[in-house]
Amino acid sequence: MSDAQPTGSTVSETGTARVKRGMAEMLKGGVIMDVVTPEQAKIAEDAGAVAVMALERVPADIRAQGGVARMSDPDLIDGIISAVSIPVMAKARIGHFVEARVLQSLGVDYIDESEVLTPADYANHIDKWAFTVPFVCGATNLGEALRRINEGAAMIRSKGEAGTGDVSNATTHMRRIRAELRKLSALPEDELYVAAKELQAPYELVKEVAATGKLPVVLFTAGGIATPADAAMMMQLGAEGVFVGSGIFKSGDPAKRAEAIVKATTFHDDPDVLAKVSRGLGEAMVGINVDDVPEPHRLAERGW
Amino acid sequence: MPKGPTTRPVIGVLALQGDVREHAAMLERAGARAMPVRRERELSEVDGLVLPGGESTTMSRLLESFELLEPLRARLAQGMPAFGSCAGMILLARQALDGRQDQHQLDAIDMVVRRNAFGRQVDSFESDLDVTGVDGGPLHAVFIRAPWVEKTGDDVEVIARVPHTQEPPAAADRIVAVRQGTVLATAFHPELTGDERVHRLFVGIVQEA
Repeated sequence: MSDAQPTGSTVSETGTARVKRGMAEMLKGGVIMDVVTPEQAKIAEDAGAVAVMALERVPADIRAQGGVARMSDPDLIDGIISAVSIPVMAKARIGHFVEARVLQSLGVDYIDESEVLTPADYANHIDKWAFTVPFVCGATNLGEALRRINEGAAMIRSKGEAGTGDVSNATTHMRRIRAELRKLSALPEDELYVAAKELQAPYELVKEVAATGKLPVVLFTAGGIATPADAAMMMQLGAEGVFVGSGIFKSGDPAKRAEAIVKATTFHDDPDVLAKVSRGLGEAMVGINVDDVPEPHRLAERGW
Repeated sequence: MPKGPTTRPVIGVLALQGDVREHAAMLERAGARAMPVRRERELSEVDGLVLPGGESTTMSRLLESFELLEPLRARLAQGMPAFGSCAGMILLARQALDGRQDQHQLDAIDMVVRRNAFGRQVDSFESDLDVTGVDGGPLHAVFIRAPWVEKTGDDVEVIARVPHTQEPPAAADRIVAVRQGTVLATAFHPELTGDERVHRLFVGIVQEA
């Protein structure tokens, strides 16, 4: 059989916007699960997770224990990286570019610049263009999403209220982002300048989004998702995939729930499948109503 | 069903997880009608199938859970044309190294692939390649936590390799695209670059099958 000749002197490039954003495209339709041990990471991989988020504490525990929440111990992240073959993500504090450098050197596949940790800078987020590793950032509205993309985020997740098991904030923010996208794409071109001002986002990016009607990066959802039906609803509301934090390993039967949420995400529009996978999952995480969380303790409001 | 050369073939995209929409868009541009495939009934309606990029472990698991694995194996055995990119290439292989023991292989191409062979995400790269059967100059290829092909059987045609200059030296000249009969596989993602030449090649294979 014939054999292709290798090409000569082409330069190959790492860390481009295309490979960063492309990585998120590969996660679409999938579930990314918070894990705190290599054993949990294996359960997540067994269940069909597309990636795991390596953490010391899930958001529900961060919320319960209080104090300053920081990047995880590199030993813990290394342990999780060696336990699974799927991508491993890890969280850095908002604005903490040194934590991000450390995570990049550990070889994590994606960094979440996350409001679940205590912010390190109340004015600036990390300059994400300066990294080879891609970043995902949270957003409660379109302007916030575009500001993060302008700083180099290669993936956006709509924020919910992490660690509550209450999906209401996730729905609010996903609906808001979708509504703002629809509104923007209906505007005449000469109104985009003011739209950019109001969104506090760069005009060029606003113009691009207005033309395509979608973000230039993948949009996932996160925060408060605890059941297969929650995940399916978020997919129907326009999420391209789901992060599940405390919802799995704070429940009665994590392996079964994890697998059910994976199936529900793929078959989000099929009520028969959803009914089938929702049976006999044991206790869901107990949960807190977002309204009962005092405002200073609401994580979704961090980031700007 | 007899088809003239002008008939648009119906090509499915396995839609369990991954970059399904990108493949569907490229197939449409390359002259096919694309449809998502998640169920056995949908599989029976297509003339060919694309297995997209994504996580091969997740797709393998869902293929089994939703009873699509055996029907898919059966259709491939009957000669249905298929094209897999990245995770899709891994699924089509006879054997995958550095994978999970319980991962299912469709064994549609007699090859051994190594998962994440080029490294982790920080090692993901883009590069220009010549692909046999794709005219019009080098193709810009995007590799994301990509596999490479370690071994091929006699019936497998190697249609692309990474450049000799690829770093690290262990990666140089590795096989990244193959064809066996009507089954095509690439370690890179032709669906991400807006260049539909690989999809045209596949649509042509489906039309001739």
